Amino acid sequence: MDNDEKTAIDVDGVSKIFGSGPDAVHALDDVSVAIRENEFFTLLGPSGCGKTTLLRLIAGFDHPTAGHIRLHGENIAHLPPYKRPVNTVFQNYALFPHMTVAQNIGFGLEMLGKPKREVAASVDEMLSLVQMRDLANRQTSQISGGQQQRVALARALAPHPKVLLLDEPLSALDLKLRKEMQIELKRLQSETGITFIFVTHDQEEALTMSNRIAVMSAGKILQIGTPREVYDHPAERFVADFIGETNFLTATLQDVEGSTATVTLPSGKPARASLPSGTHPDAGRQVSIVIRPEHVTLALPSHETSLTGRLEDIVYFGTDTHYRLRLADDTLFIARMQNRRDGEAAFDPGAEVGIVLADGAVQVLRD
Amino acid sequence: MADRPFAIKRQPGFATIALICFVMLYAPIITLVVYSFNAGSSIAIWEGFSLRWYAAAWENELVQDAAIRSLVVAVCASLFATTLATMAALGTTRTRPYRGLTATYAMINQPLMVPEIVTAVALLIVFAVFKQTTGYDGLGLLILAHTAFCIPFAYLPIRARLEGMNLSLETAAADLYATPWMTFRRVTLPLMWPGILAGAMLAFVISLDDVVITEFVKSAGQETLPTYMLGQLRRVITPEINAISTALLAISILMVTIFFFLNRKKM
Repeated sequence: MDNDEKTAIDVDGVSKIFGSGPDAVHALDDVSVAIRENEFFTLLGPSGCGKTTLLRLIAGFDHPTAGHIRLHGENIAHLPPYKRPVNTVFQNYALFPHMTVAQNIGFGLEMLGKPKREVAASVDEMLSLVQMRDLANRQTSQISGGQQQRVALARALAPHPKVLLLDEPLSALDLKLRKEMQIELKRLQSETGITFIFVTHDQEEALTMSNRIAVMSAGKILQIGTPREVYDHPAERFVADFIGETNFLTATLQDVEGSTATVTLPSGKPARASLPSGTHPDAGRQVSIVIRPEHVTLALPSHETSLTGRLEDIVYFGTDTHYRLRLADDTLFIARMQNRRDGEAAFDPGAEVGIVLADGAVQVLRD
Repeated sequence: MADRPFAIKRQPGFATIALICFVMLYAPIITLVVYSFNAGSSIAIWEGFSLRWYAAAWENELVQDAAIRSLVVAVCASLFATTLATMAALGTTRTRPYRGLTATYAMINQPLMVPEIVTAVALLIVFAVFKQTTGYDGLGLLILAHTAFCIPFAYLPIRARLEGMNLSLETAAADLYATPWMTFRRVTLPLMWPGILAGAMLAFVISLDDVVITEFVKSAGQETLPTYMLGQLRRVITPEINAISTALLAISILMVTIFFFLNRKKM
């Protein structure tokens, strides 16, 4: 797949400052990221992290204070939005209320000066793609939220943009519809082969849909990687904390070998740990480590258990059960184990329990 | 009943006060309309039904002349005022907030706060100098004066409409390859149209019944319907005045009704 390696959008050293003087807000601070062709790329972060600002800069609704944005190698940072082959699906859909569904979808092609017949054919194709043929002549106020979402998608896809930008498009839908649209979006992306840049604050959405994720905080990109990389090997505390539930502990580095190391856990026992990529910390240093709750199992304390703690309480979640443990140094540790058919786990609150770490469970953070 | 939410309708005396208000508002108007059909020449003693005062008004050349002038002034002034108000509304809602925006609002709405008599006197002085230096004393001056005080009335509904309109619609149009001009023509203008119509009709009605400013500004022989009526009152009052007033009332009601239906269709 050579094609996959080509860069569609190249964001290069982009900063965006709103206002000036002491009130200036640094919405983006020297952000660089290369988004590949035909990729489902997600910008993930809490509100105010700069993800929507970055999207608006790519769309052309705002212009960067510094840096370049290239589309297939051409600098587009100075172009107005109507000259960029990039379309947006807005959070509130922004459908034109005085036009029908079909007129909405055809608007972009019409503005590009395509002949009427071509516009009609394209609208037809888009209506089938999003399964809205029957509603072509409805007013946009007469269709449901989920249908409006589809129209917004079809409208943005109709001019065949090089890149499709999606600004939290699913946040207004209820859970069931959101799950459906997640699958729908993935299907549309693979059918059209268009690069999708998706903005969300929902980590689960990001994990299930993306080829790669950029985790953002306070105007910076903290980590870029596949869903598995950012989930299993978070490089920073913020990433580990924002994506999924996790346990933070302090450990001491022992032997460093390439991308792994041996660390001494708070219990004094050793464990293998992965190092963040590109770092070569010195042995003997204190480091922060993370252990995902589902990467451990509970057992009776023995020489095989790496940590021990007092079981404080047990919360049953249907598919799995969460165990809250208090370690010897008073930190809280959460373990999550899948429920099986063969009865309940044999631990009671108040008991001393041992924690067994799975292979690769320990990740060292970049401090 | 303590747990029932506060409802003004259930307060003692509410119905009575409401009724009194409506009677005060409409009883004089109803009386006026009724006596416009009086067969006799009194505006207080009923002598039977007749359309003679409508016929009299219709055939009265002075009324015809004043009515045509009123319509010309009202149509021109509302057109100009609406155009200017539309631009002002775009300028105050479709830009990034800037220093002096509130001051701009206040300036545009100034004619609503300043007593009309002050504006009238000011215009009288300015126009007197203008007439003397240029020799022009045509209807243009009256139209100009009406345009000026109609702007805020046209501006308010247009601005309200624009403020209720999501800015992201225009952003979406730009995203879909519409140039700023096409965005305005295909998205902004069609969506603000009901506001523009409302503004124009309001301006039209306000111009049509203005007395104070017209009385001060008009040149000799430039009677409008309201100033003609005012002049008549100084002589003998006949139901002809009632008939003209009723016609004006009918025009206003017609305008409001047309606007209501136009607006409802657009929504």
